[in-house]
Amino acid sequence: MNSKKNTGTFYLNPYLGGVFLGLVLMMTFYFTGRGLGASGAAKSTVVAAVNAVSHEHAEKSHYYGKFVTDDQHPMNTWLVFEVVGVLAGAFLSGLFFNRLKLKVEHSPKITSRRRLIFAVSGGILFGIGSQLAKGCTSGAALSGMAVLSLAGFITMMAIFGTAFIFAWVFKKNWI
Amino acid sequence: MVGPLIPMGVIPQAWDNVFAVLLGMGFGFTLEASGFSSSRKIIGTFFGYDFVVLKVFFTAAITAMLGLLYMSYTGLVEFSMLYIQPTYVTSAIVGGIVMGIGFSMGGYCPGTSFCAVAIGKLDALVFTIGMLVGILIFSESFPVFEKMYNSSFLGPKLVTDSLGISKGLFAFLLVFAAVGMFWGATWVEHKVKKVEY
Repeated sequence: MNSKKNTGTFYLNPYLGGVFLGLVLMMTFYFTGRGLGASGAAKSTVVAAVNAVSHEHAEKSHYYGKFVTDDQHPMNTWLVFEVVGVLAGAFLSGLFFNRLKLKVEHSPKITSRRRLIFAVSGGILFGIGSQLAKGCTSGAALSGMAVLSLAGFITMMAIFGTAFIFAWVFKKNWI
Repeated sequence: MVGPLIPMGVIPQAWDNVFAVLLGMGFGFTLEASGFSSSRKIIGTFFGYDFVVLKVFFTAAITAMLGLLYMSYTGLVEFSMLYIQPTYVTSAIVGGIVMGIGFSMGGYCPGTSFCAVAIGKLDALVFTIGMLVGILIFSESFPVFEKMYNSSFLGPKLVTDSLGISKGLFAFLLVFAAVGMFWGATWVEHKVKKVEY
């Protein structure tokens, strides 16, 4: 483990990692009654930014309007605090396992530029899709499945099924 | 103590955000330590050279599901107090498809991109910026999506209710299916040429 740890290539056994992740998710439900998430914090960031630029526009919009209230700042949501924790936790793991490094990770067959163009495009689609489905892989799929939500299973199958097909379309970017 | 502890008032509401940060840290640490901060490791699931996503994701879902069912049977948690994501069939499918395409192009989902940003991956930072732009695009063009967004609403429906089977039987079948998938995945991993990343 030590040599792997020194080169930053040590990872938890996937089943052990899965059990840890499942226990964190279970405790999240046990303490707070809700699951883990990620895209919701990004949504709060956008709502807060739009609200700061034009409060009137945000209040009138059928979408932002759902998340803007007079008594609370749009960034004051559970998921924003949770994502602050995610960033800190991942940083600590990166520090511990020697993986802190600024870099663009990409297949040797493509340029960094191409990788970044695909990354931003993928991000845009993920942003749109997560709002439509009212949650992403964490909030809708994983947390939904833990409490047997029908939506969780539908979203999980749609995400992984589509990604499986389209990964082969974009194969050149990856292998 | 019967959970969920904060909604039941066992732990004061003021602690909610403290737990958010602590549980988020556990989430982020485990994702990163399992290898979810690398897009090429994540995407390996779809080409068969590294099934870490499949193994971690389904093990986690099953662990949490079995744990919560067990706690609910023993009276440790009040299942009806847990938040069940409501089902909107059309938008769950269409949203999932759009996310799936984004996943195959970007190599991350939102949670994993945050982890990768935290350890310095610039492609993840760009993905995250794209995500904010995507949310802005969706919100500004919400009238276009509004009808689909609200359509085929079934409420907070459980998969066991739509299948008409008990939670215990469903859990058993899911574990059975997952073990089968893990076995198949390991078999494929041995067959497929290793990809260096």
